[in-house]
Amino acid sequence: MFKIIKQLTSVVAMFAVLFAFSTETMAAKKSKTLENTKKRGFVRCGVSQGLPGFSNADESGNWTGIDVDVCRAVAAATLGDATKVKFTPLSAKERFTALTSGEIDILSRNTTWTLSRDADIGLTFVGVNFYDGQGFMVRKGSGISSTGEFKNGTSVCTNLGTTTELNMRDFFDSRGISYEPVVFEKADEVVAAYDAGRCDTYTTDKSGLAAQRTKLSAPDDHVVLPETISKEPLGPVVRQGDSVWEDIVRWSLNTMIEAEEYGVNSSNADMMKTSNNPAIKRLVGAEGELGAAFGLDNDWNLRIIKQVGNYGESYKRNIADTGILPDRGPNELWTKGGILYVPPAR
Amino acid sequence: MNNIIKRYIPQILAILFVVLIFGFLTMNAQTNMDNRGIDFGFGFLSQESSFDVQFSLIEYSGSDSYARAFLVGLLNTLLVSFISIIFCTILGVIIGVARLSSNYLIKNTAAWYVEFFRNIPLLLQIFFWYYAALRALPMPEKANAWFGVTYMTVKGYYIPAMVWENLNVFLYCGLAAIIAIIVIRIYAIRLRDTQGKQIPVLLYSAALLIVLPLLSFLFGGVSLEFEIPELKKLSKISYIYEGGISLPPELIALVLALSLYTSTFVAECVRAGIEGVTKGQKEAAASVGLTPNQVLKLVIMPQALRIIIPPTTNQYLNLTKNSSLAAAIAYPDLVLVFAGTALMQTGKAIEIVSITMLTYLTISLTIAAIMNWYNKKIEIKEK
Repeated sequence: MFKIIKQLTSVVAMFAVLFAFSTETMAAKKSKTLENTKKRGFVRCGVSQGLPGFSNADESGNWTGIDVDVCRAVAAATLGDATKVKFTPLSAKERFTALTSGEIDILSRNTTWTLSRDADIGLTFVGVNFYDGQGFMVRKGSGISSTGEFKNGTSVCTNLGTTTELNMRDFFDSRGISYEPVVFEKADEVVAAYDAGRCDTYTTDKSGLAAQRTKLSAPDDHVVLPETISKEPLGPVVRQGDSVWEDIVRWSLNTMIEAEEYGVNSSNADMMKTSNNPAIKRLVGAEGELGAAFGLDNDWNLRIIKQVGNYGESYKRNIADTGILPDRGPNELWTKGGILYVPPAR
Repeated sequence: MNNIIKRYIPQILAILFVVLIFGFLTMNAQTNMDNRGIDFGFGFLSQESSFDVQFSLIEYSGSDSYARAFLVGLLNTLLVSFISIIFCTILGVIIGVARLSSNYLIKNTAAWYVEFFRNIPLLLQIFFWYYAALRALPMPEKANAWFGVTYMTVKGYYIPAMVWENLNVFLYCGLAAIIAIIVIRIYAIRLRDTQGKQIPVLLYSAALLIVLPLLSFLFGGVSLEFEIPELKKLSKISYIYEGGISLPPELIALVLALSLYTSTFVAECVRAGIEGVTKGQKEAAASVGLTPNQVLKLVIMPQALRIIIPPTTNQYLNLTKNSSLAAAIAYPDLVLVFAGTALMQTGKAIEIVSITMLTYLTISLTIAAIMNWYNKKIEIKEK
């Protein structure tokens, strides 16, 4: 008798688990990511497994980087505290599944915005926080100074599951060069194999090359070739079907960029409330009701600027000061010769 | 009647339960995928894959379909499993027999070997062989020729490629030799059963296998030339070998790790099998006048194999499944090519993971079926 009861309980428990899972997933249908986030008390954010400047954890587990700052901005806007983020490190292979299956709510992991990713697999890209392009790194001693000098039989190390694999094929195919792709699952393994001489060149996004170069045994013996073979607009991604959440993430990022444009930063944000410029006043929540559209209070953007800073501060802190890419290149504001241009917050 | 109910009702209920759970899970997945705007379907298999693969047994380029990319990955998985199974069997038998040696040094070396390689996690061994090899191997321009024409380098092991002329004639001769061997065997068994005569079948077989294909070279117009790898400069400091065949270091490291690891388990199976045959069998065989070779071949091995085969099958299955660790060191197996790159580019996680799982299941079941057939063949036949 006892045995039967035991068996019955386990069956019931099993069903309970299955149904519980099912009701949770039903909730997502009603665009309730924001409500769930508030209930939970933290933002669930998917990041890389360690890419300096973009998302990288230190010894004590503190995440920094410009991708990390996007999630922090969303946490500041929705929960009032930029530290209330739970970061999930994901491989390139896992990232989209983690997002579509609801394990995370924002994917901010140097992810390239492409048509098929946006349209096909249940994802929505909300903007661009870094304009990148794929490049090649070679040994200085090789004497190679441009991608035109690659010969048949070049072995190329790269990462699995990235647009890099496709660009690389387009690049070599269009030039009629045969090459040997050596594809690893983790970035650290690519670096180790390239360092050991397995490959003649290492290809990935140029920011990635600059960051990974620091991990090589003799960084100064390697050089990134000048050519850029692809467009890689990197930006945060959310699940399809929750347009409110999508807007919150998009405008959290836009706020950071617009704040830089208007010269609002973490230290002067409060003072800007009394500015004469209505655009600035809107940006710090002193005018208009911009938060209401998302179901947020009116200080949401002020909190982002105060707690995370504007885009320029984030870039300087994470990418320029760490020596990864001191020159902002295309990631400069449109007013200063770059291509960072966001719609007005009004 | 009562008995029938007692027997069948629980079974029907169990089946119903399983079907219900599967049905529910499928429905749940379907609803969730609908909610998230993900379509389910296998249409992607015929789309252009647009990525390249490092190493392939069949012609493949990025303009081929995902289905072909799947085939490339599958063949690479089969290749690495097949080679490793052969190596681990040879090594396992040698080590297993060595463990039973009366020589103190041989016995203990074999025991240490087994304890060492079976107690280190396989993934670590794979990493060790791969990165140790990469660090230790010379760059192509500094490599010394092995056997005059092969080069072991950090970029792979370069061996001469065979360029055949009239290869089909050669293959037909090989086939004819095999058929002749089978006929001789049948004849030898009949001769033994009817007249009690023994003929050296092994010697005849070996002679046939060598002589017939050799004749094809002399009279069949078959010729074989070797394309020897030659050093080519890619840049000031980097070289590769061109021509010939290149075995990538990823494949070599994986075969090495898989065979060394699995051979320890095979060795234990072999030892158990031989020790499982009682001493009396050997003595009895000797007392009826069989030579030591005949004792081993006719009395010990048939009995030992019965004990060895089933657990060894398990090891072969493990090896095949373990080969999926290849993805860690960039060997383009099924998991890396199909469940990795293809999954990423298409986003068809459920479809691709199901196909991959089914594929491994099929490979494993096939190996199990072959081994079971062999086991049936050698098991005790009650007469």
